[in-house]
Amino acid sequence: MSALAEPLVPVANSVAARMKPVSRLSDNAFRWLCLAMASVVLLLIVLVGWQLASGAWSTLRQFGVSFFTRSVWDPVQNDYGALPFIYGTAVSSLLALLVATPLAVATAIFLTEIAPRWMRQPVVFLVEMLAAIPSVILGLWAIFVLLPLLPKHVFPALKSALGWIPLFSGSTSSGYTMLSAALVIAVMILPIITSVSREILRSVPDLQREAAYGLGATRWEVTRIAVLSYAKKGIFGAMILGLGRALGETMAVTMVIGNANKISPSLFAPGNTLASVIASQFAEATDDTYRNALVAVGLVLFVLTLLINYVARLLLRLGGAQTGAVS
Amino acid sequence: MTALVPAAPAFDPRLRVSDGVRRWRNLKSGLVSALCVLGAVVVVTPLALVFGYLVFKGAGSLNWDFFTKTPAPVGETGGGIAHAIGGTFLLIGMASLVGIPVGVLGAIYLTEYARPAFAARVRFAADVLNGVPSIVWGIVAYGIFVLPGGSPLSLGKFSALAGAATLAFIMIPLIVRTAEEVLLLVPNGYREAGLALGIAKWKISLHIVAKTAFRGILTGVLLAVARISGETAPLLFTALGNNDWGRGLGEPIAALPLQIYAYAISPYDDWHRQAWAAALVLLLVVLTMNLSLRFLTRERIVKVARRQLPTDVPPAAPVAQAHAG
Repeated sequence: MSALAEPLVPVANSVAARMKPVSRLSDNAFRWLCLAMASVVLLLIVLVGWQLASGAWSTLRQFGVSFFTRSVWDPVQNDYGALPFIYGTAVSSLLALLVATPLAVATAIFLTEIAPRWMRQPVVFLVEMLAAIPSVILGLWAIFVLLPLLPKHVFPALKSALGWIPLFSGSTSSGYTMLSAALVIAVMILPIITSVSREILRSVPDLQREAAYGLGATRWEVTRIAVLSYAKKGIFGAMILGLGRALGETMAVTMVIGNANKISPSLFAPGNTLASVIASQFAEATDDTYRNALVAVGLVLFVLTLLINYVARLLLRLGGAQTGAVS
Repeated sequence: MTALVPAAPAFDPRLRVSDGVRRWRNLKSGLVSALCVLGAVVVVTPLALVFGYLVFKGAGSLNWDFFTKTPAPVGETGGGIAHAIGGTFLLIGMASLVGIPVGVLGAIYLTEYARPAFAARVRFAADVLNGVPSIVWGIVAYGIFVLPGGSPLSLGKFSALAGAATLAFIMIPLIVRTAEEVLLLVPNGYREAGLALGIAKWKISLHIVAKTAFRGILTGVLLAVARISGETAPLLFTALGNNDWGRGLGEPIAALPLQIYAYAISPYDDWHRQAWAAALVLLLVVLTMNLSLRFLTRERIVKVARRQLPTDVPPAAPVAQAHAG
């Protein structure tokens, strides 16, 4: 707007013909410059695809489908199967989602239906700040604060209550476990699920709520009947978006998961995820086969994230079209 | 809304609910509301806990030495992380030098010049890239810049340049998407007015369109910078880290997140102490950047921009008049 206040060429003098040669040159130069910059994005995606595919190619050729189905990870014998990491990623992410979703949706409901107006912005702000905490800092905090607490107070209680499920069996002496990793991931994905769910809930038309209140419904009945049932798909989309984030969570997970290359039935045992195995082993992988196996793990992670994000977008678009949150 | 709750209906006695039922419904509603409040408290708690612990454990170690010296030899106490603070700012600076112009000019191409099909392709690519986990950027950049013979750009060793390039890679798609969204908010009338006055298109793009959207673009840029300042995973196999000032851009370089990681998993108490202090410094840097956004620009633009981080929600239809203020 301020630009319009600048003195412009008086209309009568702006003889297009006189300006053309110079402006056409600079115009074309600028256009090509911008095109080159926009093309960098396309170049980047080619680079990512090429680097991952070319690295993973020899691994996949050598091990075939069994790379995904075997749980051997032996750098000494150069024998690789990524199943423990696929399992670790799936279990830790789903567990994190299980913990984070109810909390995030409750917060979203609090923010749209319950909290007084003056309180909403500050809480939204705090949630955004939680999202801004770098993963490595959360990892540091988890190592020194969370990990000493869990085996002392939380794990034994869980074991005595749910010990009959294999997931909660076994020794509870160490804090470096799959469960700790899941908890850390849950904290990391809380903000995204909260803020997307809040957007979805906010976009439910007020008329909907007023109609329910008009029928004499209590606040919870209004939320359940008029708001949540309307926003179901969108909230599911928010969950999947959180899942996409959980898959790629690296630093904090690497610091607390214990980095074990095998599948343990117990959540109280150490494990590894696709992301954490790369973070903890890539630097020492001087051997080509070893490094390419890790690149193949990266490719699996990349493809998984891509798929999950695609599904999330689709759901949000569907849910959003219904609630009007997103186009 | 609550004002609309009607008085008890008088029309049909059969519809009247008993007091017991009503009390139970109200109780249930109150209980669920309490649970939601509790949920919100639990969500905000980690922020308070993390921040509290960083101040509690880290503030005591912040002294002159900490900001001006490099680490003491293992076993000795004292020393600082000046090299990591410097390294972080150097990496961010170099990445911004590349990432910001590429991102902004790329976005200008998308909104001012590109055909819809091309713009859609670039947009899709940027969305995919914004979803790439940062650790994957790390291995990709390793293959390009570090692996000997990996590519013509490879230096064959870990280097500050590789680290900065990786961070720039992360920034570019983020900035392209945020800048594009705010550029789209500029009303077409501005462009038409410029064209009608015979102004060259590139001047319209830069001096009118980009200038109008300046604050929005700056917001997106700041968000991208804040995002890369805390990134650790992409630097693990590119910048690698260093226990001293590097000897040049072709050498491994330290960075705050790398230093925190290295110290946190080390067995030495004195390093743990410094990790807390370093984390406090990093968190303050990141939070300051995020806070400055609040004062810089209005909520809507922040929202449009933040939506791109790092796996985004499909954008809302741009509202033309939203920027008119």
